[in-house]
Amino acid sequence: MNSKDSTYSIILDHVTRIEGHGSVRVSVRDGRVEELTLAIVEAQRFFESFTRGMLAHEIPWIVGRICGICCVAHQMAASKAVEAALGLEVSRQSRLLRRLLNESQILQSHLLHVYFLAVPDYVGVPSVLPLARTHPDVVRRALRLKHLANEFTAVIGGRALHPMANTLRGWRRLPDLDALADIRRRLRAALPDFEATVDIARSLKIPDFERQTEYVSLRHPDEYALYDGQVYSSDTGELTPVSDYRHITNEFTVPWSTAKWARWHRESYMVGALARVNNNFDQLHPAAREAAETLGLEVPCHNPYMNNLAQVVEIVHCAHNSLAMLDQVLDQGLEQEDISYTPGPGQGVGAVEAPRGLLFHAYRLDDSGRCTEADAVIPTSQNVNNIERDMKAFAPRMVASMPRDQVRLHLEMLLRAYDPCISCSVHMLEVEFVQ
Amino acid sequence: MKNVLLRPRISFFDMAGCEGCQLAILDCEDIFLELVDLVEIVEFREAMSETAPRFDIAFVEGSIHREIDADRLRDIRARSRWLVALGGCACHGNVQARANGWSPAENLQRVHGLDTVHRVQTDNRYWPLWAHTRVRALHEVVKVDYLLRGCPVDRDEFLHLVKRLLAGSRPGFAAQPVCVECRRHGHECVFLHGETCLGQVTWGGCGAVCIAGGYRCDGCRGLLPNANLASHRQLLRERGLDPKTIDQRYRLFLSGEITAQDAPDEQ
Ligand code: SF4
Ligand code: SF4
Ligand code: SF4
Repeated sequence: MNSKDSTYSIILDHVTRIEGHGSVRVSVRDGRVEELTLAIVEAQRFFESFTRGMLAHEIPWIVGRICGICCVAHQMAASKAVEAALGLEVSRQSRLLRRLLNESQILQSHLLHVYFLAVPDYVGVPSVLPLARTHPDVVRRALRLKHLANEFTAVIGGRALHPMANTLRGWRRLPDLDALADIRRRLRAALPDFEATVDIARSLKIPDFERQTEYVSLRHPDEYALYDGQVYSSDTGELTPVSDYRHITNEFTVPWSTAKWARWHRESYMVGALARVNNNFDQLHPAAREAAETLGLEVPCHNPYMNNLAQVVEIVHCAHNSLAMLDQVLDQGLEQEDISYTPGPGQGVGAVEAPRGLLFHAYRLDDSGRCTEADAVIPTSQNVNNIERDMKAFAPRMVASMPRDQVRLHLEMLLRAYDPCISCSVHMLEVEFVQ
Repeated sequence: MKNVLLRPRISFFDMAGCEGCQLAILDCEDIFLELVDLVEIVEFREAMSETAPRFDIAFVEGSIHREIDADRLRDIRARSRWLVALGGCACHGNVQARANGWSPAENLQRVHGLDTVHRVQTDNRYWPLWAHTRVRALHEVVKVDYLLRGCPVDRDEFLHLVKRLLAGSRPGFAAQPVCVECRRHGHECVFLHGETCLGQVTWGGCGAVCIAGGYRCDGCRGLLPNANLASHRQLLRERGLDPKTIDQRYRLFLSGEITAQDAPDEQ
């Protein structure tokens, strides 16, 4: 290798096909990685500041705007936090509807990510658009499934993005039972499409990089934890109550990232589909465990690129689990419940699993029930530190074994595997090979 | 002058926003393939790796919070024939304009803490990332040709705009309140059951979707050009809302459009 090839820098500015703005800068000198930083360059949006002054029930509705693709998760984490602050109860019916709403959005998000954002990398095309010509069946299936997931959210929440039918304690307007029955019928009919999604995922050649880290997710005694539970760490095997979230996330700020960073028992941790599948594999729907086996995903899995496959496993889980929950709703019917509440002071924390991982919201309310303090710790904030450490661990091996454009591609793919939605934190990615 | 475009080059950009408006466009599943035939999407960071030097239509989501983003917007403006503000954040700042109720320094301090803010703002390499200004709508920085309102935007309005521009005619949206759509769809007015609503002073075009979903209109699509806020305020007073609550309601989505005169009672 002459020195021209062995000394270079890669700058991936505003990496495409991820939601948000980030950049990766890698300096390579004489074939060695000298420096690597993952910068999140998105502007601050100050939700935690301007939530002040809002009424309790306005909080979930507004903070859903933190992220379009995980708006439901933000609404729910905020609802749970405000309910904890005010001591409000949530009925079994509302809980069931929330779980359905949450799983419908996980379907939307994972389908979008797998088909639109990740598959093009593995097929070797720059976007989903060329696939419309070369793989029309795949694209049509992707659009069909995505459309179904959107309508699923819309039937439960009033619309696919920033739904408004759900609020504190429950539903302002209950979903229409006929529309629910129709969604159930279409979900059932789509099961072959979900199976075909597993087949596509199986054909993807996942890069072979492993680095063990701490996997953090919710855990629930009776269900695969997406809506509820306590916080489980793979490092300690212990459960921590959600209200102790500050001891979990330990957020800190670095100058090259407008998203905060987090660490818990070691230098960094991972949240998201792979963390959940690793931590709670036995509670997945049997069909999802079967999909994991088909995909060669054995837990614990320490390859972050496998997060894409873990998402496919969760797609299968959410499809089957939603069908079971829809059966339950349709069997017992829905009843308009009292969702009134008395405004007042308090403070509370709420957590859910967003598509991209564990999400915390916390609020303090004054006597008139208006917000005086707000905090949100989003999945990407928790992951960026871990992504940078993966990159630092893998980049030297990449640089030693691949040409420059492949190093760039593999770093981009790693970032996209985490499905970072930087817009939440603040935005994401550029790789700079510095000369 | 008719000026029909053959397969115009269109592009999508995002400033500070939730990216929901771009998703709403990606969510046009049924027309996605048709659209791909009609236009050439040359830049869409959320869905594509490619970038392009020039385009016919640039859709820009989000509001402007820093000078480095204002520069990016000026560059997009210079490369595009038409520039469309995509969604409430781009049109008027939306909920994010609430941040202008405090100084950027105070907002930063609340989120990151004073010591940290001082450290990052004085970092010689990265300070531009942290140099926040007041939250601005796109038109406060560059000329905007068309507005697509809503949080998120309405897909039918998006399609209408693209098809009109394709046909060489001017897209237009009726300046009528959300109430018109409530009547058209037969929704019972929320005032009838004791709730209050901003639909009378808000640009329609969303199909009154929030009323359909059992809620009220909070005004995400922006104030109508001749909205009579004085009489709307009076109506809310009669329904028992105190002045401060009214101001706060206006300031949920409309902080970028409400003046100190419109909301005099907020402390
Ligand atoms: S207008 Fe609403 S949906 Fe669009 S980017 Fe802004 S917050 Fe998101
Ligand atoms: S509910 Fe709101 S938008 Fe609908 S008619 Fe009444 S005031 Fe107008
Ligand atoms: S009803 Fe009001 S708040 Fe809802 S989408 Fe329409 S304009 Fe926005």
